[in-house]
Order: sequence, then structure tokens, then C-alpha cells
Amino acid sequence: MSKDIQIKKGLDIKLKGEAEKVTENAVSSNIYTLSPADFHSIIPKLSVKVGIKLKAGESVFYNKANEDMKFPSPVSGEVVDIIRGDKRKLLAIKIQADKEQQYFDFGVKDAKTMKADEIKSHLLVSGCWSFIKQRPYDVVADTEKEPKAIFISAYASAPLAADYDYVLAGKENELQAAVTALSKLTSGKVHVSVGKNSNSPFAKLNDITLHKVSGPHPSGNVGTQIAKIDPINKGEVVWIVTPQDLVIIGELLLTGKFNAERIIALAGSSVETPKYYKTKIGAAINSIVGGKLKKEENRIISGNVLTGIAQDLKGVLGYYDNMVTVIPEGNDYEFFGWIKPIFNKISISRALTFSWLFPNKKFDLNTNTNGEHRAFVVTGIYEEVFPLDIYPIQLLKSCMYKDLDEMEQLGMYEVAPEDFALTEFVCVSKQPHQEIIRKGLDLMLKEIG
Amino acid sequence: MGLKEKLHNIKEKGKGKKWLSAYSAFHTFVYTPNETTHSGGHIRGADDLKRTMTNVIIPLIPILIFGMFNAGFQHNAAINGFPEGMSFFSGNFWNLDNLYIGAVKLIPLILVSYVVGLGIEVFFATINKHEVEEGYFVTGMLVPLIIPIDTPLWMLAVAIVFGVVIGKEVFGGTGMNILNPALTIRAFLFFAYPTWMSGDKVWVAGANALKGTPDAISGETILGGLAQGKDLVYSTWDMFYGFIPGSVGETSTLLILLGAFYLLFTKIASWRIMLSSAIGAIVMGLIFNGVVNAGWITEGSKFYDLMNTPYWEHLIIGGFAFGVVFMATDPVTASQTNRGKWIYGFLIGFISIMIRVFNPAYPEGVMLAILLMNVFSPTIDHYVIQGNIKRRLKRLKVQKITIKNYG
Repeated sequence: MSKDIQIKKGLDIKLKGEAEKVTENAVSSNIYTLSPADFHSIIPKLSVKVGIKLKAGESVFYNKANEDMKFPSPVSGEVVDIIRGDKRKLLAIKIQADKEQQYFDFGVKDAKTMKADEIKSHLLVSGCWSFIKQRPYDVVADTEKEPKAIFISAYASAPLAADYDYVLAGKENELQAAVTALSKLTSGKVHVSVGKNSNSPFAKLNDITLHKVSGPHPSGNVGTQIAKIDPINKGEVVWIVTPQDLVIIGELLLTGKFNAERIIALAGSSVETPKYYKTKIGAAINSIVGGKLKKEENRIISGNVLTGIAQDLKGVLGYYDNMVTVIPEGNDYEFFGWIKPIFNKISISRALTFSWLFPNKKFDLNTNTNGEHRAFVVTGIYEEVFPLDIYPIQLLKSCMYKDLDEMEQLGMYEVAPEDFALTEFVCVSKQPHQEIIRKGLDLMLKEIG
Repeated sequence: MGLKEKLHNIKEKGKGKKWLSAYSAFHTFVYTPNETTHSGGHIRGADDLKRTMTNVIIPLIPILIFGMFNAGFQHNAAINGFPEGMSFFSGNFWNLDNLYIGAVKLIPLILVSYVVGLGIEVFFATINKHEVEEGYFVTGMLVPLIIPIDTPLWMLAVAIVFGVVIGKEVFGGTGMNILNPALTIRAFLFFAYPTWMSGDKVWVAGANALKGTPDAISGETILGGLAQGKDLVYSTWDMFYGFIPGSVGETSTLLILLGAFYLLFTKIASWRIMLSSAIGAIVMGLIFNGVVNAGWITEGSKFYDLMNTPYWEHLIIGGFAFGVVFMATDPVTASQTNRGKWIYGFLIGFISIMIRVFNPAYPEGVMLAILLMNVFSPTIDHYVIQGNIKRRLKRLKVQKITIKNYG
């Protein structure tokens, strides 16, 4: 039973520097990096040492709490560096890639004939389990809990996001194998959401329930779709996989190889010619953006401008990310910026801000906060960009004063930090909404589990 | 080296020092800071609290200027008699003599309001090492507009100290207060100095000074007059334009309406609160009119005159319009949920008119109604949010039953 999802509350942030639909091969990176920080709440235990040779897909580290949960090397090569921070916290494992890539052979499988247990252990052994995230808590899925449903959003509404229809074109077989396998791991459905007018490769697949989504961002956020299709209740778990990761899972099943290759968008107003690049998980940022940026002080983001992680040229393409955005830094003062009429920034008010006059204009936003941190004062604006049946301010405040009962009652199980990216964007008090929610989720995970 | 660099260098020097928050208040006033995003999203919307607060002040400026003219006008009208057939652009009103009398009275009130209030804000920001929040920008402008023109400056200063410290800072400053600070200041004045603040002394400039002399003039408001059963000398248009005695900013319904349109257009104030307050007032007014029409109350009753005031007239006399547009919509002390705002606003309108009619000692009810609803707004929100929580629990139950039956 498919269900069309129409979102009214939200905000499309239109930015300059959309990626042109042309794909080039990125310069192949010499060094690939795996950062445990990409896997929130996982405490990593190394399975390698410096100097060890790995094939693509072999475990680099595993989850201390669950040894079966492995995290794979995106390439074949030699471990050249292990970087640790305070208290010997594992920060990054660097692997020098072989010229000729070798893949560990996990064996060709036919998803149709496999049993649930076999699929599960296959995903765990190959490290592909790491692509399955769960809600509540927005972390890598717990292997012990069966999900009531699996959600895949193949509609990207975030600013400048990579177009899934484009990057997934021709991947029908991989996607089919992956969704067939995943569908056996839940008693519920595999819900896939595509854009209303899209030409998605998902449209022809079996074993899924297809939904057509329309409306402004965050209509493409999987959290919005879950809320509209089958909201999470206390005690329930749903799984989330991104389409680009499904392709990797599918290829694993079809070929036996863990191939970390993906097409990513390089976008943003600081990019000379934004377009798509073929690269791999863990590739050095420099291999993607090197020589392609306008010469100014830039913010390089792995992911989109609302939820991505800040990187520099030495940084890394995040494990789950399918885009790199580069925008100008905004570390400059603005003379009487709080009163002068504003035409070049986005606002949902009309308080001498005029973006409402130009609904289709593309803006060149920088990283300036446009004001200082303040206590929560203004009400009512958050609801305008927040489509979930949740009171956003009240939930944020319950996280701030750490009232677990209230967080639970107000719907904390249903949200992830990314659901609060837009409320954070419009926040007059410049409060760090996503950080507040992340800390709240961490507290719940620790106290309730 | 330009001004930008100089100010930046001073900020760098001040890091960790106590005077930084006071300096920042000034620095961020001149320049929006060079702060960039460091957690969560990498871009932010254009609005900050300064912009929001400034846009509340913008519609108050015409009201303030009108208030200056009106102060002089009322003074002269009390001495020379009220001119016949006033139109909005009448020269009897817009003349320099009126402006001079008003400005001399009003500018000191504004100065005291800002100097005392901001002084306290900066003091608390310094000892608590946080930024000076913009809340007092608006409060400081509202206070001179909602008090009688003849309020002594020392009284105002004492009231502001009380209002800001007890009404706001003890709760943690801007954003944390329960009561609207400007109304707390006004309420303090009215309850601490009742003999001074009520009655017929303070509403017209100079009325108190002339009291007991052969030149004595009357200085009471329409509501004060009605409560004592006096006849009105003002036409409806006089009341709508605002050529009537009253607190400095409350008289001109026309300018307040324009202000309301500005606040709604900029999406800064809640239309839900404004609309539901007006509905609440109309409902109460209609009930009173109905009581009079039904003959349940006779002309001899002390409530008769106020009850008999047509329901729509309540909207344009007294401080109702000003209170609803600029004070009830204060987001910190109002209900925070959209549904709660409907209930909150309706009750403010309803209770305002009720107090107006039944409590002739304080003939203006809107102040007390808003303060009362400020106290109840968390309760209203609580019940609205309970609805959301119950919906979530119900969904959970349905889910469990389905699993039991089929699972």
C-alpha cells in the first residue's frame, strides 16, 4: 500500500553552485581514511596494526560492544598510520591504496534464496552492516533488535543535494539485490520514497513499498517520511539505509566484492564548476576539490550545508556522505548588520529582510551566524519549518534540562539531529539545535538504551 | 586602521575580562559579529534577536511621536477647552507648541527608562558573564509609552529597578521571565503609588502641578470618567485617532493598528494572539451589552455606564489595543504553542473587558489581564502539549493491540 506524502511546512534553501549533471573521475586518492567518528556511539577496537596489508572489505576495526560488527576498509592497501587523540581515543586509520585494487571475496550470493540469518551474518562479516542505521538514536543498527520497517529515502531535498535519480541511474540490479536481502530482515515493509515527478530506478523494483514525496525540505529527510508513513513508538526500531549504500550492499551480493565506489556531487558557490565525481568512501577531500575552488577563504563540508561535517583540504569524505559542499567562510563583521535591509540572505520573516520577494532566487550564503547566541525568545517560527507532529522548542528544552521522561513523551524516539537542521537555520537566538538533540539522544541511549 | 579593525582588536584584548560583555553590547550594536557556525548546520538565517527586537521598536516610533504631540495637546485642551471637529491632520494637534510640551515631558522618561534598565542589564550580564540580551530594547521603549505623562522620574526609576530585577533577572534574564517586564514595571507603579497613579492627576501634563490653584485642570481618562458615571465629551473619531487623555502611547488606535499591521506583515508578532484577543474582548463586550439590553441592570447601577459602552468602543478606548498588539504578543511570556496562543489571547480580551467594567478602582483591565494570563500561559501550554503526548501514547496502544491480535 503506497502512500503519497505531501509536506507543507518546511523551507527550500536555494543556493548557488548546484552540481551540473556530468560525472568525472576524481583524482584517485593515495591515502584513504576511516574515521570512527562517522559511527556515532561506537567504541572502536582495532583489528589491524600499522604495516598490515588489507584487501578492500576486510575489517579495520570492530565494535567493542559487539565484536560481530565490523567496519571495512574501503580499499586494498597498507595501513600506514593510526591517529589517536586524547586518552588514546582512536581518531583515524589511514590506508595507502594499492595501484591495483584487490577485493576480498565474500562470495556471490542470491538474495532471493537466502534466509534472514544468512543475510544478517553476511552483512556483518562483510562490514556492510555499518550502512544500516537505526532510529531511535540515529546510530548504527543494533544487531539484536528486529526492525518494524526499513526506510530508504531516494529523494534529496537538502540544499544542493546530489540528485539520486542521476547518481543511481543504471544501478537497478544492485538496488534490487539489496532491497530483497533487507526485506527479509524485517517482518514489516521496506519503504522507499522517491520524488513526485522523479524518474527513479526504484520505481521498477520488487519487494518495496514505493511512496511519492512532494513539498519543501525536509520532505526528503527520512525522519519526515517515517513520521508520515509509520511513526516510531516507544520500544520500536526502524532501520534506515541510504540509496548510495544500498548500491554497495547490492554489489556485495552480486559480485562478492566490497566496492566502496560512489558518485558524489561537488557543489556550492565556492566551486568553480560544480559537477559530479566518481570516488570512494574515505577519499581525501583534496582529491575531490583540489584546484577546483575559487580562491577565497572557504568552508569545505562533507555532506550538505545543513548537516555535513566541516573538513579541510586534509580531511576526508565521510562514510555516509554523497556530496561535498564548499561555501565561503563568513568571518567578517557587518556594519549595522542587525538593522540594515537585507537582500542577499534567506529569512522566513519580513523584518526588513527581503528574501520573500524573490522565491526563486539562488543565494550565496556564507558561514556567518548573522548574530550572536541568545536565550530562546521567539516562538512560532520553528513550527513553520518543522513538519513532524512534535513540539520542537519543548523537546529541545527538555533535552537541555535533561528530563528523560519528558523527552520520551515529547517524541525523542522519532527524531534525529538532522530533523532539527531547519529549526536551527531559522533560529533567531542562534541556538545549536542539532547539538542539543544529539546530546539528548546520547543521554537517552546511555540511560535507557 | 579602520574602525572595524580597532573595535576587533579591543574585543580580542577583552577576552576573559569582566568588561567584555558590556563592550560586546556596544560592539555588536555597531557591527554584526564575525562569528561563524561551529556546530550543526553551516549556514544560518538572516534574522537575529537584535533585528527582531528592532522591528518591534519601529512601529512604536510613530506612536511615540504622536504621544509627544498628544501630551501637549491634552495640556492645552484642558486649559483652553477641547477644539470642535478635529480631523487627524488638524493644526490644533500637530503644532510645535504641543510637541515642545510633550517632548520636555517625555524625553526624560525615555532616558530614565533606558539608562536605568540597560544599566541593570549590563550589570547582571557582567556579573553572570553572559552577553547583554536585547530584551530591554523593547521594554525600555514600551515603559514610557504605557505610563501616565506626569509620572515622576524617581518613581519610574524605582519601578524599573523592581521590574527588571524581580520581574526578569531573578528568573535568569531575557527569555526566562514569567511576567512581561514592561507591565511588571507599570503594575509596580500602580500598586506602590496608588494615590498618585490613579484618579485624575497624572494623565494630562501639568494637571497635578496646577491642582488646587485657580488654573486647575482635569486630567482623567475616558475609562476613569465612565467609571464615575460622567458623560463623554469625545467623538468616536477622536478616540480612534487618539486625541484623548491616557498613557502616552495607548491613545491612538489608528497608529496602533498600523503598528499591528507592520508586526503581522514582518511575521514578528503572533496574529493568533491579536485576533483571539479582539474576539475575546468583543464577546465580553457583547455579553455586557446584552445584560443592559435585557434590562438586568438599570441606570442607577455603578456598572451601567461601562456596561452600556458599545462592544466595539471598548476596542478603541483605554490601553486595550496597545496592550494586545505590543504586550500580549511578547513571545516569552505568552503561550508558546500555536493552539495555546488562541486560548491565551481570547482570555486576555475577555478578562480585560471584565476587569474594566467590574473594577472601577483600576479602570484599565488590559494590564491585569495580560499579567494574569502571563502566569497561566505555561498551564495552557501544558494542556496543549498533553494533547500531543496523549496522541503518542494512543498510537503506542493501538500498535500493541494490533501486534497482540495478529503478531
